[in-house]
Amino acid sequence: MKKRRLVIRTIILLILGAAVVYSLYSNFAMDNKQKVAVNDTAPDFVLTDMQGNKHRLSDYRGQGVFLNFWGTWCPPCKKEMPYINNEYNQFKDQGVQVLSVDIQESELAVNKFIDRYELDFPVMIDSEKEVMTAYDVDQLPATFLIDKNGKVVKYYTGELTENMVRKFMEKIKP
Amino acid sequence: MEQVKCECGHVNPHGTVLCEACGKVLDEQEEKKSQLLDMRYEGSARRSQTYNKTIVDKIWNFFSSVKVGVWLIVLTLIASILGTILPQEMYINLPPEVYYEQEYGWFGKMYYQLGFHDLYGSWWYLLLIAMIGVSLVICSLDRVIPLYKALKAQRVTRNEGFLKRQRVFGTTSNFSDHDLKLVKEHLKAKRYQIREENGDLLAEKGRFSRWGPYVNHIGLIIFLFGGMLRFIPGMYVNEDLWVREGETALVPETGEQFYLKNNQFILQTYDKNKDKTFEEAIERAGQVVKNYQSNVELYQKKSESLPGEEPKLEKVKEYKVRVNHPLTFDGYSIFQSSYRSELNSMTFSLTNKQTNQSVGDLTISLVNPKSHYDLGNGYSVEIIEYFPDFEFDKNKEPSTKSRVPNNPAFVFRMISPEKPEGETSFVAIKQTIEPFGENTYKMSFKGIETKNVSGFTVRKDSSLWAIILGGIIFMIGVVQGAYWNHRRIWIQRKNGQVWIAAHTNKNWYGLKQEIEACIENTELNIPVDQLQAEKEEQEGA
Repeated sequence: MKKRRLVIRTIILLILGAAVVYSLYSNFAMDNKQKVAVNDTAPDFVLTDMQGNKHRLSDYRGQGVFLNFWGTWCPPCKKEMPYINNEYNQFKDQGVQVLSVDIQESELAVNKFIDRYELDFPVMIDSEKEVMTAYDVDQLPATFLIDKNGKVVKYYTGELTENMVRKFMEKIKP
Repeated sequence: MEQVKCECGHVNPHGTVLCEACGKVLDEQEEKKSQLLDMRYEGSARRSQTYNKTIVDKIWNFFSSVKVGVWLIVLTLIASILGTILPQEMYINLPPEVYYEQEYGWFGKMYYQLGFHDLYGSWWYLLLIAMIGVSLVICSLDRVIPLYKALKAQRVTRNEGFLKRQRVFGTTSNFSDHDLKLVKEHLKAKRYQIREENGDLLAEKGRFSRWGPYVNHIGLIIFLFGGMLRFIPGMYVNEDLWVREGETALVPETGEQFYLKNNQFILQTYDKNKDKTFEEAIERAGQVVKNYQSNVELYQKKSESLPGEEPKLEKVKEYKVRVNHPLTFDGYSIFQSSYRSELNSMTFSLTNKQTNQSVGDLTISLVNPKSHYDLGNGYSVEIIEYFPDFEFDKNKEPSTKSRVPNNPAFVFRMISPEKPEGETSFVAIKQTIEPFGENTYKMSFKGIETKNVSGFTVRKDSSLWAIILGGIIFMIGVVQGAYWNHRRIWIQRKNGQVWIAAHTNKNWYGLKQEIEACIENTELNIPVDQLQAEKEEQEGA
């Protein structure tokens, strides 16, 4: 009798406790949701660069990919672009690829930007914000480091220094 | 724990105050107390107050306390009130760390630092609500089960002490069997359920009213469960979606399955001349909007495609989305909620400054401008720089604030037979700069075209059924408990007398009236309301 009471009470409390914990956890998780987390496989995408070449992420298996989201209106993006360009020229022969994704701007604005900063790496426009949605990018600039197996190694939001860019590329060098 | 055997032979659980079967007072403390019996929960053994051994019991007992439940409700009420003092985070359009201090000073800063800017989503507020839920479940279980058992175990013949200490009680020495028969008939006519044992009688009705509060609690628990459902991904969606006229956009939170094309946004106002009835009102209010409407087409993705790849779309339906007339599909509703006007294109005329002669016009799309515009006869214009949302940045260099063409500015190179090298001109709204000296030609502004952008709300709520069900059950519980009374009348032979005692969970006046009606035309004495008698006595003294 006593035992049964204890068991029933314990079960009811556990069920209620589980419901409470679940609600709190999912509320907390919703606030900090991140679709693409470290160690996840980076979502595949296809975008066409300004020269008309198609880039599919999964085609770069075997190489490290430095995936950068940016916009011409964002000042930190402007600052870090030359650094990325410098390091790209250092690392491109060592198996590191830079894919630079502009968010929904006009070709003219992007082309002028490329000319002004003399960018050598492929730049593509995410005109429907689909890639941005797939990676759940909110603030710009945002950088994903993807290793040779297509796994996300690091996610970074905010301005990069040249030193950081070098370290990042070192990290994903195959 | 031992059980308690009453002298009537019934075995009661430990902690019982009144024997479930005969009503004899088992608890010594209660025995010594005032004259009338406390009939709450039929004097049954509320489990929480009985067992207090393990940690599980302690937690259980904590939540079983009505006092704790009331405190939880009071705390939640106070917290909810606090959340209404200043606007919540979702209703402000500045970063919260700036907004509260700027608008409300030190109080606002404190409000933000205490986390009240997102009060209804804070962990401690949710915890309070959750604890109310737990308290509801445990309180109810702890009371409804013993109550049910006690009402089920009650016998017709009751202990003398029990009858004497009922609020309505009376005795009669001179009576006939005919009287009792008559009363029984009257009670039957009043729809009492009658049980008899050894010449004793128990008339009872409306017992199901006692379950009202518990039915009500079940409704509340389902309601809270519905609220919890919203936390399951995909159950609840409430997102904004802006679509320019002529453009197609991905509908958020649909698993990248649905796309919405906005063909046209329509804004209609009441016409003073046409709608004569409203003439006065329109004159007073100025423009009055009659209709906000977006003509849309819904598309579904036909085959799997990667992000960035052009998806194969199939048209699902066309719809005119108006206020309160959402487009519905697959559990989603798309509501017309807002609109704005955006610049779409600008028209310039390449003009000779001296003669004021135009050599040709060009229209530049502000969303996707071309870089070269050939006007023929050796005249052409090239865009060197484009700033959709122009401003001078910190280093006094021209730059753009965003990608939206709120304040477009251009750097043009104007090529003419006279100046085949080209002349450079910076053109923004109401502003022209010629950085390399006087030009022969200028870009004169001719016109602007705007496009509407419809603002939609994408909503899906798969928890509504639980909220509605919970609400209905809640109301059933309220009605059940409020409009019916649980009435019992005991008519028993004790010591050669007839004793009448009665109990109801509420509306004592109604019960007394009913008893009076039932013993009309008999020798039986009308039982007395002992509580009232006591009061009158006190007042008299």
